[in-house]
Amino acid sequence: MIDAVHWMLSAGIIAAAVMALKGRDLLASVIYLSAMSLMLSLEFYLLQAPDVAIAEAAVGTGLSTAIYIAAIKKTERMEHEGT
Amino acid sequence: MSAIVKTVSAFMTVPMMIFGLYVILHGHLTPGGGFPGGAVMATAVAMLIAAFGLSQSDARKKDAFSLFESIGLLAFIAMAFVGLQSTFFANVLAGHGWIFGSSVSYGPNPGYLETGGVIPIMNFAVGIEVFAALSAVMLAIMLHRREKHD
Repeated sequence: MIDAVHWMLSAGIIAAAVMALKGRDLLASVIYLSAMSLMLSLEFYLLQAPDVAIAEAAVGTGLSTAIYIAAIKKTERMEHEGT
Repeated sequence: MSAIVKTVSAFMTVPMMIFGLYVILHGHLTPGGGFPGGAVMATAVAMLIAAFGLSQSDARKKDAFSLFESIGLLAFIAMAFVGLQSTFFANVLAGHGWIFGSSVSYGPNPGYLETGGVIPIMNFAVGIEVFAALSAVMLAIMLHRREKHD
């Protein structure tokens, strides 16, 4: 049972990371990165490291998303081809 | 931002701040501590900034956050120097029955907050420092004016 959860979470982490890399919309990439961070913190919690899980949830999901969104607001939302 | 985002952010700020303080204050008993609690509180500030925006007159608030960052760091290093009568970082308050004086009990966690000696005070100092520093970083990014290049 817990093995299935581990496999699903790992697959979700990899899928979210690939989606964050593939997209041209940087705002969507940031949201995929936030979802990846949330699943990673859940995986840390299941691996009995709740301290790391709290830090990952606070920094990865909350703060870095806000900073990325601020940076996108200051620059451009869409990524250009070939740069 | 829209009215929904503004209302929900204003409503959620107080629970986020209180959860951050909870993580800081229970740092010596439960997972968490100064850094994650301060990051949670700074996330509340970042959410407020993202929802309500900033004006250029908010630059003074960055200096206030920088002041609190320095105060937190100074409190941490002062608590480290207080133990210098035996060693650096010595836990002088533990076992003396004064503030935070009793020792943490073994076994299942009963949640007695007044334990641990100087560790809760240092957690609080680190919490203030991380909260102020990450908020100052967020303010500095949002206050930066866009430069024209083309």
